[in-house]
Amino acid sequence: MSGSVTAASGILATTAANPPWSWNLAADLHDMLGYPFMVNAFRAGTIVAIVAGVVGWFMVLRKQTFAGHTLAVSAFPGATAAALLGISATIGYFAFSLAAAVAIAIVSRPTRGNGFSEESAVVGVVQAFVLACGFLFAYLYKGFLGGVNAPLFGSSFAITNAQVVALGSFGAAVLAILAIIGRPLLFSSVDADVAAARGVGVRRLGVVFLIVLGAAAAEASQIAGALLVFSLLVMPAATAQRLTARPLSSIALTVGFGLVATWGGLTLAYFEPYPLGFCISSFSFGGYLLAHLSTWRLRRPRQPLATPHPVGVTT
Amino acid sequence: MTAPETLMAAGFFGQPFMQHALLAGTATALAAGLTGYFLVLRAQVFTSDALGHVAYAGALGALAFGFDPAAGLLIATIATACAMAGLGLRARPDDVAIGSTFAWILGLGSFFLTLYTTRHSGANSRANVTYLFGSIFGISASQAVLVTWITLGVCVAMAVLARPLLFASLDEAVAAARGVPVRLLGVAFLALVGVVCAESTQAVGGLLVLGLIAAPAGAAHRLTSRPYLGILLSAVIGVGAMWAGLAFSFYVPTVPPSFSIMSAAALAYVAAAATTTVFGVRADHALRRNVWRSRLHLSA
Repeated sequence: MSGSVTAASGILATTAANPPWSWNLAADLHDMLGYPFMVNAFRAGTIVAIVAGVVGWFMVLRKQTFAGHTLAVSAFPGATAAALLGISATIGYFAFSLAAAVAIAIVSRPTRGNGFSEESAVVGVVQAFVLACGFLFAYLYKGFLGGVNAPLFGSSFAITNAQVVALGSFGAAVLAILAIIGRPLLFSSVDADVAAARGVGVRRLGVVFLIVLGAAAAEASQIAGALLVFSLLVMPAATAQRLTARPLSSIALTVGFGLVATWGGLTLAYFEPYPLGFCISSFSFGGYLLAHLSTWRLRRPRQPLATPHPVGVTT
Repeated sequence: MTAPETLMAAGFFGQPFMQHALLAGTATALAAGLTGYFLVLRAQVFTSDALGHVAYAGALGALAFGFDPAAGLLIATIATACAMAGLGLRARPDDVAIGSTFAWILGLGSFFLTLYTTRHSGANSRANVTYLFGSIFGISASQAVLVTWITLGVCVAMAVLARPLLFASLDEAVAAARGVPVRLLGVAFLALVGVVCAESTQAVGGLLVLGLIAAPAGAAHRLTSRPYLGILLSAVIGVGAMWAGLAFSFYVPTVPPSFSIMSAAALAYVAAAATTTVFGVRADHALRRNVWRSRLHLSA
């Protein structure tokens, strides 16, 4: 099984062997899904798109894009450290992303008011240091030249059955935690002051959310690559929040956009010699641009979620 | 006893590659520290994150289509910086538009990488790693001199911009009312940041530019709330981290210089944060900002 996986992805890695694209879509799809490694890639992509979409939706709502990007790139040292130590890449991904989440949560403090904030400096320091660690590990592990691109840009189609199961169970755990904290998290994200006054543990929720974000980033980076996970986290959510302001339909839209981008990206990367991360981020970005153009001056951007009124109070 | 040490010391400054690295590194860290102070003050650190990634994509794009990569990344960063400022995007940490765009530009970078490596099969794929993570020990004399001249230009520009930019950053509305060209200042400043990100890419790489900008400036903001002292501290900490990193990697060659420099910078930040927390001498920015606002108002 795993032999055929690596063989097939090895074939895909050389440009000459990309399968021809005919205009018979059904036959093309049938051919593509005839390969077990493509089926696994689609399974993993689906799991990742759903988890990253839901977590990313909260990330965009909480305006933690920079922190999300930092947690996403933390997967790079995870992957290279795992290669250096000879342990499972999954363990490496999760260890580094969670450690970065805890570091940001400890060092940064909730900022009051607008404008100047030290938190962004903290996040920047963590991000640069984490990437430098990844570089060091890759440098020490002499598989340097080719080795650096796969964990960064997600060129790998080689996902095994066991990895799909692991991704699925981690994803289910992340979604379960989000389901438990979802409502108070939404409240505290929209209006932290009122939520705190009502007795919601805003700071604790923030820490838990950062850890959940780290776990989701670690999971997503196994398919999209550490540098491009961010596109799965931020773009579908940004697109959906541009289109609707209702939380539930917005989350559903986010997941939908994420799935379309991932499936489209996987298909494109199968038929064309383009890197997977580029294909996924291009589909996501195309959707984002379309959403912007379609709402451009037709109506005001609907962002009642961002207004300083508590949930349930209409003016 | 001291003979090998003096030999090593002579080697440290005697090696040509080390002289180039010291010159270029000092210049880079100085420029990054100066602009970084204002990026932290204006909560625009995310910009340097985005511009570093854009620099990588620009360099790889230029390589893929056969242009000069240094020119490619300079054009890419300045154009992106001006576009951001021109569109009125302030690149705060919450800026989804910037996040989405640079995530895609980075994807574009990986696409250019594929183009480049397939067209020039066997051509040095080390170029990719250089633009991601830098190679300061590989800087040539002419590059080091160029970086120094660019930094001189950045220093002069910052000296001219510092006061009005400080005013515009602390109190945009009042500065605008006093006739300070707030918007133009924002564009000019971000263009400068673009230049700094481009020149730093050679030394520490597009992905690590952020650390050179955020860590010294963040430490300076922790230590003092006086603006001019803070700018000075930021530059000094940046240059100090650069020297410490270069020295460490010179004597411990298994550790790449980019990692040493980033570690020294991160360590400086952690030390500043720990000191101010333990001794409770945390800079009171709210108070200081009001004092500085009123001074600027009086003298504008």
